Amino acid sequence: MSEIPGDLKFLKSHEWARVEDNGTVTVGISDHAQGLLGDLVYVELPQVGDSVDAGSACAVVESVKAASDVYSPVSGEIVAVNAALSDKPETINEDAFGEGWIFVVKASDLGELEELLDPDAYAELIEGEE
Amino acid sequence: MSQQTPLNAVHRQLGARMVDFGGWDMPINYGSQIEEHHAVRRDAGMFDVSHMTVIDLDGDRSRDFLRHLFANDVARLKTPGKALYTCMLNETGGVIDDLIVYWLAGTRYRIVSNASTRDKDLAWIRRHAADYAVTVTERPEMAIIAVQGPTARERVHGLLSTATSQSATALARFAAIEGDGLFIARTGYTGEDGYEIVLPDSEVVAWWQKLVDAGVRPCGLGARDTLRLEAGMNLYGQDMDETTTPLESGLAWTLAMKDERAFLGRAALQAQLDAGVPQRLVGLVLEDKGVLRHDQRVITDAGDGVITSGTFSPTAGKSIALARVPRDATSFRVDIRGRELPARAVDIPFVRDGQARPGL
Repeated sequence: MSEIPGDLKFLKSHEWARVEDNGTVTVGISDHAQGLLGDLVYVELPQVGDSVDAGSACAVVESVKAASDVYSPVSGEIVAVNAALSDKPETINEDAFGEGWIFVVKASDLGELEELLDPDAYAELIEGEE
Repeated sequence: MSQQTPLNAVHRQLGARMVDFGGWDMPINYGSQIEEHHAVRRDAGMFDVSHMTVIDLDGDRSRDFLRHLFANDVARLKTPGKALYTCMLNETGGVIDDLIVYWLAGTRYRIVSNASTRDKDLAWIRRHAADYAVTVTERPEMAIIAVQGPTARERVHGLLSTATSQSATALARFAAIEGDGLFIARTGYTGEDGYEIVLPDSEVVAWWQKLVDAGVRPCGLGARDTLRLEAGMNLYGQDMDETTTPLESGLAWTLAMKDERAFLGRAALQAQLDAGVPQRLVGLVLEDKGVLRHDQRVITDAGDGVITSGTFSPTAGKSIALARVPRDATSFRVDIRGRELPARAVDIPFVRDGQARPGL
């Protein structure tokens, strides 16, 4: 298990969110989640320009084992997607909190992030699962 | 509380991710399912399949009994040690289980069947065995390690006594020998050469370690599933069950119906043949990116069908599936989360001799 970066916030469904300097929100799935899923073989990305609601499914990650929805932690507009994942979905297995980011949202209300778990609360959550 | 094989603690020490598999606490992988898959296709891997059911049979009429019980014909076993793959059918031709039966010697036979079907298999076999005065002995004290891959056999041979190693080297496909306290069968569920080794629970931890030391990679049930599907092998409960006949499950080749032998389920199979088998199992490959999964709807030009087993094929690098479709279907699309993606029917196995079939 890799260290959980301190600047991330988490959904209980294992997505992470990071507020960038320009105010956009980068989203991925946690290292714990990629471990549960196993080797990833396919990522279905949203389209740039899609509008998303907090808590709505907007991407899918598939491992050899199963498909899993990825929920947006915030409402807003998709402004970037990690197209490199189409050819190298295993990047998420290798670097879930870094190169394995999935999409970026221009949030309509950054206040929604207050609802998310901080790294300590998330670490506690996944400890309880094991 | 789920059941455990004698290797449970070993799996945990190796860092396996454990899952409940039909009431058994089993390793799904030891890190990377795909790497384990490739190890079996390219070198040698092993699986703890001790959850499977071993049943020994004996009695003067055991051969007659098994010719009645099974849809394939044990009379095809011409020499002791030979193995036969068969379905065991109910009266309506549905599959109670698929299994391998070995002729051990004389009137003795051994069955290796699935784990999740243990209770109903034993009940069915015992019920019918009574008429033939055949004794049915479950062997829960036996463990099984499947060692599979192009180098699997030679790695095992290096661990055997000279005499047993010589016998194993000479062993034909789908046959078994006994030696060094092991029952060594040249069978498997991966499409690769190798052995399934039946041995006492008390010996299995030591043998597992010897195999690790000989360079055989521990592999979980996740890789076992992708390997068997690439090899075009059915999984009981998913690709066939008590509601489907072997004729609808790609298993017509396992039915011995040329003579008049009256096996259980035969009348129902004959009726289905006379009326026309309404559906069949086909191999599908997805043209686009995405992953075919169990239970997805298949839209065809002859009505809807369903994916019975689907996965990403690590060998082919694309998604493959078995699907049950209407008999006359010729074009296929699969509903993946509301999107209809084109699929192509292909011959199975999808993978042969470690390689994806040309054109897959």
